[in-house]
Amino acid sequence: MKSSVLVFPGINRERDMARALKLASGNETSMVWHAETALPKGTDLVVVPGGFSYGDYLRCGAIAARAPVMDAVRDFAASGGLVLGVCNGFQILCESGLLPGVLMRNAGLKFVCRDVHMKVERSDTPFTRGYNAGQVIRVPVAHGEGNYEADEETLKRLEGDGRVLYRYCSPEGVVDEASNFNGAAHSIAGIVNERGNVLGMMPHPENHVEEIMGCTDGRGLFAGLVQQFEKAA
Amino acid sequence: MKARVTVTLKSGILDPQGKAIEGALKSLGVDGVASVRQGKVFDIELAATDKAKAEAALKAAADKLLANTVIENYRVEVLS
Repeated sequence: MKSSVLVFPGINRERDMARALKLASGNETSMVWHAETALPKGTDLVVVPGGFSYGDYLRCGAIAARAPVMDAVRDFAASGGLVLGVCNGFQILCESGLLPGVLMRNAGLKFVCRDVHMKVERSDTPFTRGYNAGQVIRVPVAHGEGNYEADEETLKRLEGDGRVLYRYCSPEGVVDEASNFNGAAHSIAGIVNERGNVLGMMPHPENHVEEIMGCTDGRGLFAGLVQQFEKAA
Repeated sequence: MKARVTVTLKSGILDPQGKAIEGALKSLGVDGVASVRQGKVFDIELAATDKAKAEAALKAAADKLLANTVIENYRVEVLS
């Protein structure tokens, strides 16, 4: 699997992401500067990493979403290529129109930096095939604006089409108010676009992939993506 | 030509920052505050001298970048 990680000014999780991708795939990852107008040839997966692109000025992800490289990402997604956005990456994908809805200020107004649990809703997608449906995984979050909101119609469609792939839950897997730490609609942690090839999620699976990190629950996501391309090849 | 674009949250959209400001005003003893909604103001200088053209450019700026029309409304004013 050949991955390209986008780099915007103010992004700070790109190296964590590249490390996790290399660990899972064995391949070096291309780092792609925001001013580029094309993705490296042979890119299988585009990752929009976390951080604070452009200092979160205007709205989180708003300026990065209009960067030249995003036109190439839009074309890539339109041709069926897989795109993963994590944290600020999720915000950028929403702002760019690749995903519906918006990430608003956490309901509690506080930046939340800790481990949370989320439930894998289904395992038959490229982004979840490394897990079992219903599996509960522990992942870190670090964001002030992760409160996913969309209009009723959009939420209905997301639920109806099974496009909510990850949902905040208790360690036992119960989706409830108490575990929905940022107030997201329907406890949404991660969604895909209509075609199912673009995933945005707030938690950081790339920070739970090695024993030294204290948890390896994030591995499944990357292993699943690698499997996807092995299967295709 | 001077212009102003005002961006506000659509009604019904939760505004936790507005709520916090509202709470602070109440605790300061400012009387009669029923509710607060916060937003953004952009003061923009334009090279254009034609009012219609200026408004069109400002509208494009708001649609493309200044506002996220999923959750925000905007108002464009040419001031002088």
